[in-house]
Amino acid sequence: MKKFLIPLALFVVLVLFLAAGLKRDPHEIPSPLINRAAPEFSLQTLSGKSTFSPSDYKGRVWLLNVWATWCVSCREEHPVLVAFAKQIAVPIVGLSYKEIQPQDDPEKKLSPDAQLSLARSRGAVWLERHGNPYSLSVMDLDGRVGIDYGVYGVPETYIIDKEGVIRYKQIGPVTPQLLTNTLLPIIRGLENS
Amino acid sequence: MIAELGQYILILALLVALVQCVLPMVGSLTKQHAWQYLARPTAWLQCALIVTAFGCLLTGFLTDDFSIAYVAEHSNHLLPKPYKVAAVWGGHEGSLMLWVLMLSIWTSLVAYFSKSLPIGVISRVLSVMGFISVGFILFILFTSNPFLRELPVPPEGRDLNPLLQDPGLVIHPPMLYMGYVGMSVCFAFAIAALITGRLDSAWSRWSRPWTVIAWSFLTLGIGLGSWWAYYELGWGGWWFWDPVENASLMPWLVSTALIHSLMVTEKRGGFKAWTVLLAIAAFSLSLLGTFLVRSGVLTSVHAFASDPTRGIFVLCFLAIVVGASLTLFAWRAPTVTLGGTMGLLSRETFLLLNSVLLSVATAAVLLGTLYPLVIDALNLGKLSVGPPYFNVVFAPLMIPVLFLLIPGTVAKWRSANLQDMVMHLRWTALVSVVLGALLPLFIGEWSFGVFLGWTLGLWVGLGTLQHMFERILKPGRIGGSFWGMHCAHLGLAIVVMGVTGVKSFEVERDVKMAIGDEVTIKPYVFRLNEINEVKGPNYTASQAQIEVFNSGESTEILRPEKRHYLSSAMPMTEAAISSNLWRDLYVSLGDPLPGSDQQWSMRIYYKPFVPWLWVGVLVMVLGGLLAALDRRYRRGSSQTPLQTAGQALTTVSQAQDLGHSQNNQLVGENQNHRPTGGNSDILHGTHS
Repeated sequence: MKKFLIPLALFVVLVLFLAAGLKRDPHEIPSPLINRAAPEFSLQTLSGKSTFSPSDYKGRVWLLNVWATWCVSCREEHPVLVAFAKQIAVPIVGLSYKEIQPQDDPEKKLSPDAQLSLARSRGAVWLERHGNPYSLSVMDLDGRVGIDYGVYGVPETYIIDKEGVIRYKQIGPVTPQLLTNTLLPIIRGLENS
Repeated sequence: MIAELGQYILILALLVALVQCVLPMVGSLTKQHAWQYLARPTAWLQCALIVTAFGCLLTGFLTDDFSIAYVAEHSNHLLPKPYKVAAVWGGHEGSLMLWVLMLSIWTSLVAYFSKSLPIGVISRVLSVMGFISVGFILFILFTSNPFLRELPVPPEGRDLNPLLQDPGLVIHPPMLYMGYVGMSVCFAFAIAALITGRLDSAWSRWSRPWTVIAWSFLTLGIGLGSWWAYYELGWGGWWFWDPVENASLMPWLVSTALIHSLMVTEKRGGFKAWTVLLAIAAFSLSLLGTFLVRSGVLTSVHAFASDPTRGIFVLCFLAIVVGASLTLFAWRAPTVTLGGTMGLLSRETFLLLNSVLLSVATAAVLLGTLYPLVIDALNLGKLSVGPPYFNVVFAPLMIPVLFLLIPGTVAKWRSANLQDMVMHLRWTALVSVVLGALLPLFIGEWSFGVFLGWTLGLWVGLGTLQHMFERILKPGRIGGSFWGMHCAHLGLAIVVMGVTGVKSFEVERDVKMAIGDEVTIKPYVFRLNEINEVKGPNYTASQAQIEVFNSGESTEILRPEKRHYLSSAMPMTEAAISSNLWRDLYVSLGDPLPGSDQQWSMRIYYKPFVPWLWVGVLVMVLGGLLAALDRRYRRGSSQTPLQTAGQALTTVSQAQDLGHSQNNQLVGENQNHRPTGGNSDILHGTHS
């Protein structure tokens, strides 16, 4: 009798896993950087007048927002960030990610300096037009910092705590709902700790 | 109006299905004949209602009624007519309608072709099928109604996904669903038999043709899906171990095991519990496939938009159907009598070994498919299981399956002699190994993989041919199931040779080409002559002209396209393929590369033996159909004195389980004198 119950037992286990699986989103991929120290970098700001490192903000909770003028979803996200920046004192650092795309320079004629200045002027014009939510924005022209942070799409937003540890990563545009339901509670919690 | 009518009729069908489910079952348990005789008429009525409801949805598509939300989402004025028909099953809701339609057709076919069956059996079978129908109609009505209106009416529909606008996709889902849903027939027979506890050879004989037909459809459906992916997706791949492909492969593997196990149960009365478990598993895996596709628990290219309520519904239904079946199995199986004795070396042993191996392969595929979900559910992280796992696990399991196949067809029932078999098959074995070792040298680089694959393919093919010729030379009528079995095995041999060939010798070049550039894959040279803009009914396309030279001579022009459908932002790749029996030349046009001199990315593939896959699948399907059409199974539907005698015997054997297994032994002994085994024609008359 017992051996004939084995199929039923296996099936019950299977159903339990399937039921558990229903509650999860297979598309959601957590970043391995969560609860790790934010990778260090030192990059020139958009204006080119100074450099910025994550360690500069030690002792503060801050956001790192990956953006680019060619990114369509960023245009959707931008007004949300602009409104958010006015509302809260947490600094948002922009990471201008791979501003110059291959099609901007098809014949590879631009020198690195020319690329940098083109990226600067484009970024500045864009922020002028759409509003500037950033306390400062840095230039990641070759995308190396992006690799350290595991950026695989623009926009992305990271919350970094007072110890310089990444606490949250948002892939894709920040929406008002996400902001009030997810990001803000995390930021408040980190500020009070 | 038409949508409301469709929904109303669907609700009526639900009520009829409820009657079909409840009354005949109660009638068969309480011996109320009148209630049992309701089974057939309700099955036919339900089928007529579902066909009408389906027709309503179809009319919505053909008349561009975009007030129906489902039509607006999956069709468009410009969509060519055949695709408007196919668009009915282009989305979740409509494909469920197709599922239910198939189920009702299968049910009424069972009702029609079962005139010789005792009314008790048929009322239970149709009742079980009615229950499945109730579940699916409820699923449609509560979570996935295709008849919902959308107001205000959109002026134009969103169009069918361009990927689906293809002849392959017009027939692939119906064939696949015929296979999936067809598994419900052998499932219903198994449950009906378990309810009474009478798992006898009559049960397995009734189940066999239905299982074989469902298996044929499933084989064709999987083959068509693979073929479509190959020429439509533009990557030149034909199997990706995608969760949804696995969901169709698992019932296929189990139903293959089931067909063979049913044979033992019919001929020798053996493996009854195992056979009935396989019958439950085949349909359960079809349902599981439905769950995986509809619930969005796994990431897959096929997945429909995920919706938790749908997932919960299918999971509950799955739990009820499969849970109840397995409980019934655990309760009834211990009382099942054992079949006739079998020797350690006998046809039964080989068939059992192969069906166990196929089941293990199914378990391996199931594990790989669900592993990401299990790991995620246990909070151990996110991961995906890719082709390397499946190739490493699946291929080694197929080696013994292919090897044992030939001894399984040659061995005698009950007890075989090893020495005889070795003597009988030694030349075939030798030729297979020698050819398997030598042939690769003529085609390309020798590797152990190609040697092994081809040796096994040749072994299956040559062994089957040897057996066929030996039988033909002997006197006596040869039954359809003999031809069917060998035909299917030949098809398998062709597929194995093809898979091995394409995996071992394919050449893939991903290149960038400008006008006038040439790419060489010996002995072929591909030259990009020009790229033009062309217009289709609902798309514009860039079309490349690639001239192919074989040993310096221009042989043909291939025209791959990159299509931009008016209704979709996503460009589609239309590969150009030149086929002959030995190879495909596969060219697919990528994107234009940014630059002054107009370069395009291009995939140029040399794919030897790919046509063998499709030919092999078709030969397998043909084998399945031949076997299912065997006269033996139709006995009783047209009455002759001999057949009536056989039928009487069936009823008797049903009444007495013991006496019946003796009959079986008798059949087995008769068989021993004929090497062709039970696949030829044993007339029921032999033992009357």
